[in-house]
Amino acid sequence: MPLTELRIAGFGGQGVILSAIVLGKAASIHQGEFATMTQNFGPEARGGACSAQLVLSDKPVLYPYVTRPDVLVVMSQEAYSKFAPELKDGGTLLVERDLVRVTDLPAHPRVYSVPATRLAEELGKRMVLNIVMVGFFTAITQLLEPEAVRKAVADSVPASFRDLNLKAFDKGYEYGKTALAAGPEAADLEHQAVLSQEAQ
Amino acid sequence: MKADPRGVLTGTHFMDGDHACCEGALAAGARFAAGYPITPSTEVVERFAARVPVVGGSFIQMEDELAASIALQGAVWGGAKSFTVTSGPGFSLMMEHIGYAAMTETPCVFVDVQRGGPSTGLPTLPAQGDMMQARWGSHGDYEIIALCPNSPQECFDLTVKAFNFAEEFRVPVMFMMDEVVGHMTEKVVIPPADQIEVVPRKHTRKTVEEYLPYATNGDMVPEMAHAGEGYKFHVTGLTHDERGYPNMTPQTQQKLVTRLQNKIRSAADRIAMFEEEATENADVIVVSYGITSRVAQRAIDMARERGLKVGKLRLIMAWPFPETKIRELAGRTKAFVVPELNLGQMVREVERAAAGRAKTILVPHAGGSVHHPEEILAAIQEAVR
Repeated sequence: MPLTELRIAGFGGQGVILSAIVLGKAASIHQGEFATMTQNFGPEARGGACSAQLVLSDKPVLYPYVTRPDVLVVMSQEAYSKFAPELKDGGTLLVERDLVRVTDLPAHPRVYSVPATRLAEELGKRMVLNIVMVGFFTAITQLLEPEAVRKAVADSVPASFRDLNLKAFDKGYEYGKTALAAGPEAADLEHQAVLSQEAQ
Repeated sequence: MKADPRGVLTGTHFMDGDHACCEGALAAGARFAAGYPITPSTEVVERFAARVPVVGGSFIQMEDELAASIALQGAVWGGAKSFTVTSGPGFSLMMEHIGYAAMTETPCVFVDVQRGGPSTGLPTLPAQGDMMQARWGSHGDYEIIALCPNSPQECFDLTVKAFNFAEEFRVPVMFMMDEVVGHMTEKVVIPPADQIEVVPRKHTRKTVEEYLPYATNGDMVPEMAHAGEGYKFHVTGLTHDERGYPNMTPQTQQKLVTRLQNKIRSAADRIAMFEEEATENADVIVVSYGITSRVAQRAIDMARERGLKVGKLRLIMAWPFPETKIRELAGRTKAFVVPELNLGQMVREVERAAAGRAKTILVPHAGGSVHHPEEILAAIQEAVR
């Protein structure tokens, strides 16, 4: 794939770093691409905005940092406010629907949202919301082969949680396929969320 | 000799540079580390502390860096391969004992994951500001070896080499990482143990009666015996004779310190490690190391797209400095461009070796991030003008 910059951000404890590790592994170990992951260190790593950056490419990655992400995944409002402005023009924005209110949309992105936490809770463990997000990411961006990412999920989590995480991946992936078919969402996600709830 | 399979985590991993460095140390046979953990190097010893009990060895968290840097030498003289890990502020505190390791010819590895300085500086952000300190930080005349990895894969591969050089030359080896390389995660392939070459301790085969701790047989590196094996045993930082006893005369000093220097200097060309590319007809050669070499590569690619003839020399071994190579290149290029994450350290060596035969242009950066490739490109364009 051509050089692609990703940023995944949320708050500490959401599994932001692990989700980047899974995607990096899928790309570099199971799919034969190159992947370089960096993460933000410092006081922000505790509770506040936590962020991981991933550069994917079919050639060795030289510059280690992400400057203008092609894809931004946000799982908290703080992360959205902090990182949305740097999204590349026309880039893809993936958000945790219940935790992020998309306002002041920058740079005409394609926006897709997923209630990852709720879907994880339906599986019985909120903890796997990051893997739901990984599944959603895989379906929407189509950057990585689903089987490569599934393999990376399987070998990145403890054996006793493997099935649960694979279910989480599948759930996010299926949700993403439907969302992709429906096309990018309007900017006013909050309004749309209300409408969809009313419809239910 | 091949690596002991117990320490080798063969496989394909997605691993950061700090962890890869730890795995390199284990693969090389390190079974002891002493440390006073400090960002951004903490993950090296964190992993070592978790892994080494399974492999068979120990880690001690010491009360400070002075203690850590001497405890590891005790372990070496007890027979273990050992190392410590630190960053700038701790590296400063270890200088006394780096000199001690050089003087007593204790084979060991000091890992420095460089961060912004001086003083506590930028704990979580990169720099390459300890390069001269690695060479000159302790008092007196001595030589060390220093390696500069530019990826997690090299953090593994070169850590093994660092231990091997330490044993071959009985010298402290400085492993000069930087925060980016330490904290970045990439694919790391760890080969099977039987594909990893490991240099064993240069242990004496002489009898207790024949053995002299600091006698040499022409190759300038004496044979070792460990404490408690029955050999006469005396290790001191004082100027010492072949028996290891203090002998503070100008003659003994001259002989000892000259040998400490020459055992490395005479091998410099043989052991030099660098990556050289397209230097034959280059108008400009970019000299870089560590994470900066990757940013520089992007600048080189950009310059070539613009039709400029740019060569590359990446230092994998920073010390001893490859002055023969620079001298040779200086005769056929117009300029060297030297980007580094400091305000001018290795550039001085390039300039000295070039001796006025090629221009030397520094691209400084005080640290905290890496260069923009455009800054290096601008220097390349300036250099060809």
